[in-house]
Amino acid sequence: MALLENAFEENVLTTKVDWLLNWARLNSIWPMTFGLACCAIEMMAVGAAHHDIDRFGAGAFRASPRQADLMIVAGTVNFKMGERVKRLYDQMAFPKYVIAMGACATGGGPYFKYGYTVVKGVDRIVPVDVYIAGCPPRPEALLEGLMKLQEKIRKTAVIRKPAHLV
Amino acid sequence: MYFDYLNVLVFGSVGLVFVFANMIVGSIVRPRRKTKDGLEIYECGEETIGDAWIQFDIRYYTVALIYVIFAVEIAFLFPWAMVLTEAFQNPAIGAYALWKGVLFVTILFLGLAAVWVKGDLDWVMTYEGPEYVPTAERVRLQAPTMDDLAGSEEETETEPETDPEVAA
Repeated sequence: MALLENAFEENVLTTKVDWLLNWARLNSIWPMTFGLACCAIEMMAVGAAHHDIDRFGAGAFRASPRQADLMIVAGTVNFKMGERVKRLYDQMAFPKYVIAMGACATGGGPYFKYGYTVVKGVDRIVPVDVYIAGCPPRPEALLEGLMKLQEKIRKTAVIRKPAHLV
Repeated sequence: MYFDYLNVLVFGSVGLVFVFANMIVGSIVRPRRKTKDGLEIYECGEETIGDAWIQFDIRYYTVALIYVIFAVEIAFLFPWAMVLTEAFQNPAIGAYALWKGVLFVTILFLGLAAVWVKGDLDWVMTYEGPEYVPTAERVRLQAPTMDDLAGSEEETETEPETDPEVAA
């Protein structure tokens, strides 16, 4: 726990400080360079000039989990990779977020019935913030997922107490 | 005149304060949640096999030095070979030049033999250091067994029987 985290009642000052901190966080969500399957191609398209994820401050794909805020699970997670996904998520620094991109990461997708090596949804391994439908989702869908995540961060209580603790 | 360099002092102190002010604000505001799994050494997502603070055996350095023997040999023997036929036309220096070359190669070979005897040509890969003790429990995801799959197969087969349309 940080010194000031969730330490204050809700008032004008604390909400403004929270707004500032959340504004800083949601405009610099750095994703991890982490593509597992065909969804990663769409993720690369989002990173490229035409869709340009840099508009949302999320264009700096970091090669190390230590520097990343967001884990875009782009593709099929099998059991062998699942251990690595778990370890990489653990090694990311707080605050950290996960987007499950596409049908495979959301719930196994086309491998749901017969894919004996496939984890039926990455939310069985790591906590997921945003699910994106599609097989694979269009780049616009990933951008919308990112915007949904930004909305979620915007509502986070950083130094004020969250609603369920008041 | 004592304040000629005041701007340097101000510049330096503002820079110093800026660095530490940011670090202090960060330490107050950031979440401080450390997990055992998160503190493990990052090795591209693989299980950590060791610390990075080890005595690393720089074997390649000796090999690179030994390579210099052959590099010198090539650098000097090519021009020597180019002029050797011409040198033999003059009986005063012909045999002399030949034996000079042979002596040069012999000296270099003695150097190679010396490092060979010394054992520098053996590529030994050893690690002498403390055994790495993992700080976190190892995660092993169990893939479903054939029995599990057979069980789920039966469930999907029984689904149509409980379908409301079939029942109706």
